[in-house]
Amino acid sequence: MGLSDYIIMRELNFPDINRFERYCQVGGWEAYRTAVKEQTPATIVQMVKEAGLRGRGGAGFPTGIKWSFLPKDVFPRYLLCNCDESEPGTFNNHQIIDRNPHQLIEGVALSAYAIECHTAYIYMRGEFAAAALTLEQAIDEAYRAGLLGKNILGTGYDLDIYVHRGAGAYICGEETALMESLEGKIGQPRLKPPFPAVAGLYGKPTIINNVETLANVPRIVEKGVAWYRSHGTEKSPGTKCFSLSGHVNRPGNYELPFGVPLRELIESPEYGGGMKGSRPIKIIIPGGASAPWLTAKHLDVPLDYEGVAAAGSMLGSGAVIVLNDTVKAPHVAYKMDEFFKHESCGKCTPCREGTHWLVKVLHRLAEEGHAEPDDIPTLHGIYRQMAGNCFCLLGESAVMPIKSALELFPEEFEAIIKASNERHQRNGAHAIPLRVS
Amino acid sequence: MKRHQYRADALIEVLHKAQELYGHLTEDRLLAIAHSLHLPPSRVYGVATFYHFFSLTPQGEHSCTVCLGTACYVKGAMELLATLETESGLRAGSTSADGKLSLLTARCLGACGIAPAVIVDGNVAGHADPEVMRARVRALLDED
Repeated sequence: MGLSDYIIMRELNFPDINRFERYCQVGGWEAYRTAVKEQTPATIVQMVKEAGLRGRGGAGFPTGIKWSFLPKDVFPRYLLCNCDESEPGTFNNHQIIDRNPHQLIEGVALSAYAIECHTAYIYMRGEFAAAALTLEQAIDEAYRAGLLGKNILGTGYDLDIYVHRGAGAYICGEETALMESLEGKIGQPRLKPPFPAVAGLYGKPTIINNVETLANVPRIVEKGVAWYRSHGTEKSPGTKCFSLSGHVNRPGNYELPFGVPLRELIESPEYGGGMKGSRPIKIIIPGGASAPWLTAKHLDVPLDYEGVAAAGSMLGSGAVIVLNDTVKAPHVAYKMDEFFKHESCGKCTPCREGTHWLVKVLHRLAEEGHAEPDDIPTLHGIYRQMAGNCFCLLGESAVMPIKSALELFPEEFEAIIKASNERHQRNGAHAIPLRVS
Repeated sequence: MKRHQYRADALIEVLHKAQELYGHLTEDRLLAIAHSLHLPPSRVYGVATFYHFFSLTPQGEHSCTVCLGTACYVKGAMELLATLETESGLRAGSTSADGKLSLLTARCLGACGIAPAVIVDGNVAGHADPEVMRARVRALLDED
């Protein structure tokens, strides 16, 4: 089932869509022009609410509701666009900006108008230096066309959009850490509450949305709620750009309506094109490194927030990583937790120490093959002390790979322990045994 | 710094610029930045060491960054890195003695669709083949 009309990756086959004039030719910026001239901000908030747009950054929180959390009559307020896309396996924000920057800028501008703010920041991951330039050029074009700046289209509405480059820290994708980083500080998360909508950037009300979320807004305003809701499912309307990677024939970004089964994304020749070399699927990680793992028996799970949650995982950022039977679960868990250890900001102890110890044990076990008989209870013990005790979601996410690996593939850990034990016994065979058993 | 009106919250932009101009950040430069933005040196040092992007040691003339994210890992990034380490005689994260090449690793470049990914001097090379990369690294090392 192909989409006849893409929402997030719209008009990507239209040449030079990244140029301002070309984007306008396909109806770009129209929604914003009409909105600023004719519609009140409240109408747009209401439309987004009715369309049921949900945050694509991971949590799936309804965007319209988030916007209405802003306290009335407190100004200035800020809109932040989160493009610190660093989750392993996620790569769709980058593509949206690279190919169609105006769509995002229009989304940011419309959303800023809807929440009545006059300053918006786009927080780019430091590695996306080229994309930041593309975006800055596109913003300049919009300024020249009078769509940004002072007294936009003669309506008296002012809006400035700035691009801020991060400097390589996964944690800055966490919304409060992102604000800290934007203020020029170390990106460590803040205690919530107060939530950003009440006291965010510089202590002012702030709304933070993901790139993909904001890229949806122009189409909702342009084509209306009913059209938008005709895609996807009742509870997860619209489409999602899935980043498919791993051992599939055709990795890449594919936009699908919510509710399509996982099998279709992986096997359809239009999308994933099946597994490389037709090897069996071993692990499916449906929402980036932070999501609990699924296996081949979950292929019929529908890809929407509820469906994936019912299968015991989460849709997260929609980064589907598919691994075949050549990988070993302890090794994958080791590599993923190494990522979390590296990116742990060091603010809270469970995460700083927990990720460290997980990696230490996993390194010895998976990389070096030296396992202790009680390694499995040790690993269980470490992640249980982390789960629910970390300051932000980074630590909680680090629990998922090792927990999933231990739950789904305990035999692989046991095999390593057994082999290691036997080796140790052989090693000691020529010497006087220390323990008589 | 003038462009950012010496605002303390522009620290990250200023550090970006300084690193772009000088290649890396020294303690003297950090002190100078702290002084002109009216920030405690501890804060500037803290920020400069927190973010992976900033480097306090000189970087090589060329850089080669191997992504070790999950998707690249399952597509053989470790073998690729081992090949490059052997070829250049460098440990990951170090720079050759003549300052020609820095061999670096990244946790995830966000290029999982073209795994395994390598960045050579700022250009992303997807579907990196160990033999092709070995030749490129050799060429960078032998360059005058």
